[in-house]
Amino acid sequence: MQTLFIRGPAVTIRMVLLVIASITLMTVDHRWNSLEIVRSTLSSVVYPLQYTIDLPIQFYYWADEVLSTKRTLLEKNREFEARHLENRVQLQKLDIIEKENDRLRRLLGATPKTTERLLIAEIINVDVDPYRQLIVLNKGGNHDVYQGQPIIDAHGIMGQVVHVNPLSSTAMLITDASHAIPVQIDRTGLRANAFGTGKIDQLELLHLPHNADIETGDMLITSGLGGVFPPNYPVAAITRVERTAGEPFATIEATPLAQLDKSREVLLVWRNIPQPVILHTEDNKEKAASSETEATATDSGTADTTTETDDEKPQESNKPAAEEDNSE
Amino acid sequence: MSKTLRVGLITVIAAFMLAIMPLPDWAVEFRPDWVTLVLIYWVLAFPSYIGVGMAWLAGLLLDVSYGTLIGQHAIGMVLVIYVVHIQHQLLRVASLLQQAIVIFFLLLIKQLLTLWVDGMLGREPDNWLYFMPTITSTILWPWLYLILRDLQRKFSKVKPYQY
Repeated sequence: MQTLFIRGPAVTIRMVLLVIASITLMTVDHRWNSLEIVRSTLSSVVYPLQYTIDLPIQFYYWADEVLSTKRTLLEKNREFEARHLENRVQLQKLDIIEKENDRLRRLLGATPKTTERLLIAEIINVDVDPYRQLIVLNKGGNHDVYQGQPIIDAHGIMGQVVHVNPLSSTAMLITDASHAIPVQIDRTGLRANAFGTGKIDQLELLHLPHNADIETGDMLITSGLGGVFPPNYPVAAITRVERTAGEPFATIEATPLAQLDKSREVLLVWRNIPQPVILHTEDNKEKAASSETEATATDSGTADTTTETDDEKPQESNKPAAEEDNSE
Repeated sequence: MSKTLRVGLITVIAAFMLAIMPLPDWAVEFRPDWVTLVLIYWVLAFPSYIGVGMAWLAGLLLDVSYGTLIGQHAIGMVLVIYVVHIQHQLLRVASLLQQAIVIFFLLLIKQLLTLWVDGMLGREPDNWLYFMPTITSTILWPWLYLILRDLQRKFSKVKPYQY
């Protein structure tokens, strides 16, 4: 039955309750970031819509593939083969270098380098808040995507996953105004933080003094500090360095190397955190000790052990690790 | 009745899709507030079926699809729909222009609320285009109203209130 006059107070009370609920939700979401369950539940309602919106665009790509002629395909194939060969040749060299590096690291007793696992995800073409740099990916919790997972493309770091839903996930690009990424200048090793500016093609390096050794054209790579991004991935190239007298810090701008607004596919990265070094069977004792120090000691502790082994190395560089054990 | 409600649901879903549909870069800032507009229409048409609860839910869904804080769109949505709801008898008899003016101010308040939350998070936008959706929504309202009314009349056997 339709009533002509709606009971006023009931509606008002409901409104007040809902406003309070909204404010509570916002506070909880912002302060404790603990509403991921709510978010992923609601997103399963939204996902079909996002999927539907994306369908025509996927259809376009599909049609483009299906309708391309044999000749273009052949041409493409030939081009890829050539590039593949080139890459293979370069990889051979890299392979040897990596093996050598591994061996050297083992000699030094340093932890092995982290290895990474990759998965290709496609960007779902939907718009999000126009004032933030977010993208929606078609891989989610069902594919082991986790919050804070780095995403990259063929050219460099793109960003990190901020919300994980069962079938999709939302990622923040490095240029988002609330994003910062620890970087390092690959020429000098100078460490800094690259902050997003909200513009898709611009990063900012804040709090670097005037005398910092940094030039236009320098490459920024991830430093691996902070534990979110894997080290040594390219991030950006410096485009502008301005040292205004009277300002406490230099103004430094950079352009991301990843194609943030053009990529269709991105790579999700899983880092395999290496186990403490396992050298040889004989030096179990040392292994236990070193893993203990790694687990408990502070930076200075680990630094001590490495310098120790460092000092010993030159004299007995060819001897196996058992010698090392004895000398300790 | 159920048929009309189904039409209502379909239009709301369509509004959602328009809200997340990818637009060219120059146009994203002009995107009208589709979901709020469509909800306002259905609240005016069926105030005893659709109210602040629905609006809140729609707001939460918008928050999730936009990646904003949960509750950021919902709070504005609830307030707008509340005002429309308690004043629906007045708004119904108003002319399209008068309706548009009221909706302009309601959406402006909603946008200011969102801006306020963004400001508290330290990511306020730095240009006036932020208020563009309010203007485009207002311009769009009369047309949307007529389209939705035709749809509603076409699919309902029982005539709703005559106005």
